[in-house]
Amino acid sequence: MKYRRELLKELYLRMLRIRLCEEAFVEPILTGEVRCPCHLYSGEEGVAVGVCAALTERDYVFGNHRSHGHYLAKGGSLPEMVAEIYCRENGCSRGRGGSMHLIAPEAGMLGAAPIVAGTVSLALGAALASAIRRDGRVAVSFFGDGATGEGALHESMNFAALRKLPIIFACENNYYATHMPVRECRVDRHIFEIATPFGIESRQVEGNDVLAVYDAATAAVEKCRQGAGPVFLEFLTYRYRGHVGPDDNIQGEHTDIRPPEEIDAWMKKDPLALLGDYLLAQGLFSPGELDGIRTEVEAEVREAFIFARASAHPKTEELERYVFA
Amino acid sequence: MSSHRILSYSLAINEALHQTMAADPAVFLIGQGVKSPWYVGNTAQGLRERFGDERVIDTPVSENAMTGAAVGAALAGMRPVVVHPRMDFMFYAFDPIVNEAANWHYMNGGRLPVPVVFWGIINRGGEQAAQHSQALHGMFAHVPGLKVVMPASPYDAKGLMVAAIQDRNPVVFIDDRWLYRLEEPVPEEIYAVEIGRARIARVGADVTITASSFMVREALQAAELLAEEGVAAEVVDLRTIKPLDEAALLASVRKTGRLVVADGGWRSFGAAAEIAALAAERAFDSLRAPVVRVALPDCPAPASAVLEKAYYRTGEDIIRAVRGIL
Repeated sequence: MKYRRELLKELYLRMLRIRLCEEAFVEPILTGEVRCPCHLYSGEEGVAVGVCAALTERDYVFGNHRSHGHYLAKGGSLPEMVAEIYCRENGCSRGRGGSMHLIAPEAGMLGAAPIVAGTVSLALGAALASAIRRDGRVAVSFFGDGATGEGALHESMNFAALRKLPIIFACENNYYATHMPVRECRVDRHIFEIATPFGIESRQVEGNDVLAVYDAATAAVEKCRQGAGPVFLEFLTYRYRGHVGPDDNIQGEHTDIRPPEEIDAWMKKDPLALLGDYLLAQGLFSPGELDGIRTEVEAEVREAFIFARASAHPKTEELERYVFA
Repeated sequence: MSSHRILSYSLAINEALHQTMAADPAVFLIGQGVKSPWYVGNTAQGLRERFGDERVIDTPVSENAMTGAAVGAALAGMRPVVVHPRMDFMFYAFDPIVNEAANWHYMNGGRLPVPVVFWGIINRGGEQAAQHSQALHGMFAHVPGLKVVMPASPYDAKGLMVAAIQDRNPVVFIDDRWLYRLEEPVPEEIYAVEIGRARIARVGADVTITASSFMVREALQAAELLAEEGVAAEVVDLRTIKPLDEAALLASVRKTGRLVVADGGWRSFGAAAEIAALAAERAFDSLRAPVVRVALPDCPAPASAVLEKAYYRTGEDIIRAVRGIL
């Protein structure tokens, strides 16, 4: 068998953890209990989980505005993430960062930021650090199709190629940069081809097929560890929810102009369902076993929300704490 | 055993880099032109030969990504120094400096320090015009989470570079090409000048002149000439713009009752305005005259040498300002 059973279970569990956690935010956002802007990752789980499964905890990851999935896939604490989105002192960023600034240094998740392409060069620097120390670490930069319009990405690709740095440029192409369809942002050519002029190996991957993502990422990590980086991977995927919040249309802003038939088509390629069907069809897991995993994850998520709601708010007298180290 | 020898300002920076890189394998230098004296003078001499291309990295012209790479390397445990041989180029790097480095520690609840040095060289004069001449310390000092240092002497150039590299926070280190040939005795061993401490460069009782970087030289010359007129000017070399040494500054103002702020930046909304506001808020009772700013006019730097002469402030401007409030 090509994949170890433990790996398959872990892929399924991590995707499910992200999905259930993201969906658990919908109601608190709509009722106003969660006010921090949340860019939900539902639908894109295959990318973060497939890529991070190819890494070790020593490897580095940087995220963007939509990074709940990156953080959880890399091994960040679920209760601390939920508490952060509730802006509580127990949050992974002590309530100073919120949804868009998730960090888990102990797991190699060095941070996330909503300045588009703003963290690409940070991942470049982490890869540079690895190259200087020759410690074999690989850095992954997660960014969206919108970031392909930013100069910093192109500058970073050039330098990474020049010095053969161990970095994976992981482009999550979900076809929309906020409200702008990708076809209105750039000429109709494949995104992965932007790496070609720099001499960077690049390819397109079905992002909703977590095993395809894992295979592509594993090969990319291997190249990087051999000093033959960087690698550019374009993952085709789709977000189920609005750019920010559960659904712009439910929220009343009506800015989500995506055609319903497009959404339906992507729902039929759901990454969790695809993996679940594969596991059952191959006879690797029984329906009962998958249900067991779901029960386990539901409990985890429930407890994380209880933890977050019970956590204290940051103290006002500590407003200026952490400005300097 | 401490031993001093005469060293120029630029070679003092060079020595700081040699000694910190030798002491700590996490320190590295990255930036445009580190191989080229045309860009960075002799501040980087011998580094590449000694530490290799891996730790002395000349870069493509990509200020944004190169600065971001330094920030990312700092997050991954290194202590990078990223140099911008013309400070004006740093505008391309404001995102990694201001949005990322300055905010990272705070917005992540103190989970990761950002030990990076952003080294910007002021390169004014020589008919280089508006985009090769700017002094941007006021802009950086405005940003929470950044420290800003501006050495005026070879001793401080070395000690502040060492301190900046050893600091756990992002530090903007700003030097001025006009100071590179300045010489004085500098200790041979490695030492740090504490960030956030000003220095009384000359003691006086009649008026306080604050200055930083090149303007300290102008202030000292002004004080010399004022002394001949019987005016005892105290010159406070700020050394650090942020965090400002408020205690030293206010103590001097309370002693003299008069304040002239000499600054190499633009007049409005900058470092000079901040110091004047501090004196007004915290030493109002001691002031016997209005605070006066001696700073650049709110005008881009001109190319023409004739206009340059009218543009840059000198000791004569400081003397005029002092006479005006005595």
